[in-house]
Amino acid sequence: MIEIEGITKRYDDTTVVDDVSMVIEPRTIAVIVGTSGSGKTTLLRMINRLVEPTSGVIKLDGADNRSVPAYQLRRSIGYAIQGHGLFPHRTVAQNIATVPLLLGWGRDRIKARVDELMTLYQLDPQAYGPRYPHELSGGQQQRVGVARALAAEPNVLLMDEPFGALDPIIRTKAQEDLLAIQKRFGTTIILVTHDMEEAVHLGDKIAVMDAGKLVQYAKPAEILARPASGFVETLVGASERPFRLLSLGPVRDAVEPGGAEGDAIPGGATQRDALAELLWSGRPALPVKDADGKLLGRVTVEGLVKRAARPQ
Amino acid sequence: MIIRFDKLGVVIAAIVAYAALAAPFATFRANRIVPGQARPILEALPPTLGILLLAIVIAAAIVALLRTPLILRLAASVAALIALAVLIGVAGGFLTPAGNTFARVAPASGFWLLIFAFTLLLADVLTRLNLSPWARVGVLVLATLAIAVLLVSGSWDSLSILKEYASRADSFWAEASKHVTLALGSLAGAVIVGIPLGVLCHRVEKLRAGVLNVLNIIQTIPSIALFGLLIAPLGWVAVHVPGAAAVGIRGIGTAPAFVALFLYSLLPVVANTVVGLAGVPRAANDAARGMGMTDRQRLLDVEFPLAFPVILTGIRIVLVQNIGLATIAALIGGGGFGVFVFQGVGQTAMDLVLLGALPTVALAFAAAIILDAVIEMTATKRRVVETA
Amino acid sequence: MKAWLPALLRLAVLLLLVVFITSPSWFEPLLKPLTENGAPAIYNQGSLLTLTLQHLRTVLVATVAATIVAVALAILVTRPAGVEFLPLSRSLVNIGQTFPPVAVLALAVPAVGFGEKPTLIALFLYGLLPIFENALTALTTLPGNVMEAARGAGMTGWQRLMKVELPLSAPVILGGIRLSVVISLATATIGSTVAAKTLGEVIIAGLISNNPAFVLQGGLIVAALAVLIYDGLSAIERFAARRMGQGAE
Repeated sequence: MIEIEGITKRYDDTTVVDDVSMVIEPRTIAVIVGTSGSGKTTLLRMINRLVEPTSGVIKLDGADNRSVPAYQLRRSIGYAIQGHGLFPHRTVAQNIATVPLLLGWGRDRIKARVDELMTLYQLDPQAYGPRYPHELSGGQQQRVGVARALAAEPNVLLMDEPFGALDPIIRTKAQEDLLAIQKRFGTTIILVTHDMEEAVHLGDKIAVMDAGKLVQYAKPAEILARPASGFVETLVGASERPFRLLSLGPVRDAVEPGGAEGDAIPGGATQRDALAELLWSGRPALPVKDADGKLLGRVTVEGLVKRAARPQ
Repeated sequence: MIIRFDKLGVVIAAIVAYAALAAPFATFRANRIVPGQARPILEALPPTLGILLLAIVIAAAIVALLRTPLILRLAASVAALIALAVLIGVAGGFLTPAGNTFARVAPASGFWLLIFAFTLLLADVLTRLNLSPWARVGVLVLATLAIAVLLVSGSWDSLSILKEYASRADSFWAEASKHVTLALGSLAGAVIVGIPLGVLCHRVEKLRAGVLNVLNIIQTIPSIALFGLLIAPLGWVAVHVPGAAAVGIRGIGTAPAFVALFLYSLLPVVANTVVGLAGVPRAANDAARGMGMTDRQRLLDVEFPLAFPVILTGIRIVLVQNIGLATIAALIGGGGFGVFVFQGVGQTAMDLVLLGALPTVALAFAAAIILDAVIEMTATKRRVVETA
Repeated sequence: MKAWLPALLRLAVLLLLVVFITSPSWFEPLLKPLTENGAPAIYNQGSLLTLTLQHLRTVLVATVAATIVAVALAILVTRPAGVEFLPLSRSLVNIGQTFPPVAVLALAVPAVGFGEKPTLIALFLYGLLPIFENALTALTTLPGNVMEAARGAGMTGWQRLMKVELPLSAPVILGGIRLSVVISLATATIGSTVAAKTLGEVIIAGLISNNPAFVLQGGLIVAALAVLIYDGLSAIERFAARRMGQGAE
């Protein structure tokens, strides 16, 4: 659990982060969204003390993050940034091994961990381990960057626009990977982005920041349904709202009894995907089946439109 | 209140303390070659002036030591430098027995260290002031004027360097003009040949590596060897080519020095022209082509103006390098300030070495400041155009 | 065939150089036409091999000292504690480079007398500048996100310096050392005007006795040394840079 209590950061006369308090539950993903200059990155960097706050306290599992030297603290927290920041003079395997080496792990343990992470990220340790970062594609570099951040089995992972430099297709894949890995390791993740779509997709909770202040901190559905201010509303995007709302739920939650013509849609797809398919194929209803092909029922345009309406 | 120290000030104050209190201010010698006797500030100057100088120097060092406003630091460094410059002349007159023309008084290590310390302070102030190019040239002009006033007024006449100068004033100016002619002339030659060669290398890729490699290798030949090696071929030209001797081409003397400096100058000019042209944004070139400019128009209207600051940087390197290398010309009878340096080394007369070395350093320094200012001005102008 | 040609050429130059400085008399017929009145074609006032080794030793000592001091200074002014000196040190490097090597050499003589010492001082001081400048450039232009990642991974200041900053700066610092060595190799010859034992002795003997053969052999040995060392260091630099994906040169 991460408790941020009354954190403020001032540089001379400008207040970058203004009295922010929030609690991030263990094993969840909290996404901090805001425009550039909103103080979201500064807030993130105060958690691992790359920036020291002017006032306020940050507690990790109840302990003040100033109770150990900054460098020790950082070794216990994963950190992944935009443009990955891989060490160009070290191989992929050496890059991933950075923090375990700093912590003085044994050779075998490091090798096992590096192999595990690389396999997890679909990079063959034999083939890619000895390569240098510049020999990888952009998507591979980004994966190595996240693998490096996770190497020392941190409970907390901080990510600063980790997917910012990726093209849309690789980006979607990277987001799916992140969700899968978060489930597997149960890491608490705090991710900074300016992209509301990404926030809604990844976040268990979303924190919206504007001009240094925390404007709203709530579950995605809440943010979409009841934006706390005009700023949040703009960020959400009025014309996108209903579709984002639909994207939060799987099709199986919207199933009605009955059948329909044509190809079925899997129950795990989002309701937004289902609506898109309905509109595109010009059908009023789609059959829905679960993972092992069993028919669950159908999903209708009418039903989805109701679900996309503002919750009361 | 806590007294806060300036880190550089600590270094400066330490140098000043050592130089003013422990090191000799001036050296007295009965004639120009015998070893000298050291004289600290209080013995080198009349008592009141000695105390005054110590007071000024210590006050300026304290200003440097503490965190003080830039303007105060500027005033302190300038005041200390002026006091030192004027009083070293006074020390010359004070230490030289009346009517003795053999005695030599020279600034000693303490003096030079004090000059160094306060120049450091001045340089730091000027760096922090972040002066515009024009202001930097202005400072240079002011400093030159100040030195000229001191020289013309005769207040340094009792110092050994100027005594060396007095006994060879005519040859000094002759060598000075030879030095400048050598440095500037070879630069002009290198620009006239080097820029077209650079353009050619840029356009014809096959030539590039070859030409640059040859020029690179020329740079590695030690200057005295290159100077010497040109004696033979130029001697042959002087004898066998009609009219060559009449225009001043000879085996020894200025001609081989000129050719050697010219050869050394080619690499920076050609290389920077190539780099400058290669750095022209593709988009600008494409746009020029798309608007129907001919190759020639593109070169003159687009590529050259954009590459100009880089080419100028090459010219700056060449000029500063040539002013230094021209001293070597003296070894093969090519003249220049090197004449005094090598004579001085030969006679172990250090004042004579300084008579050659100081003007060389001053010239190179002035050339660097002026060209840096010009480069910055052309570069900023270009930036303004880009954003407009 | 293009790939092995330069390597072969260098090997040939190296072989020629070694043969020439160990058995210069073999080349007498080649140099004889340059001399007049039966003057010796091969330097006869000392061994070329000894002079070459002394020349190299002088340059090596000066360069090693200059490298240590320049890199230490560059590290100092890029640490938080020394950052106040950064702007000034940049200006000083600019000013320092306008000092001609001959002037540095001549001005060192009154301080330490004739012989090898003034040469060492001049080479050391003059060699400092390119190395310091390159080290400073490298240390101040490290990629921001890599440094951020190093801090974020929990490296201490010392670990960042040793494991990230210096390795990343190595190619550029090497470039400075290469420049410095080439300048020093040529400048060391001038040291012979103040009685240092270097290959400059051969050239100056040639100038004094009007013997182009001496000038040529002295000059060519220095040039060959410079070209070979320059190439060797460039190769190391390229290797270091390629590993980091920075490409050659």
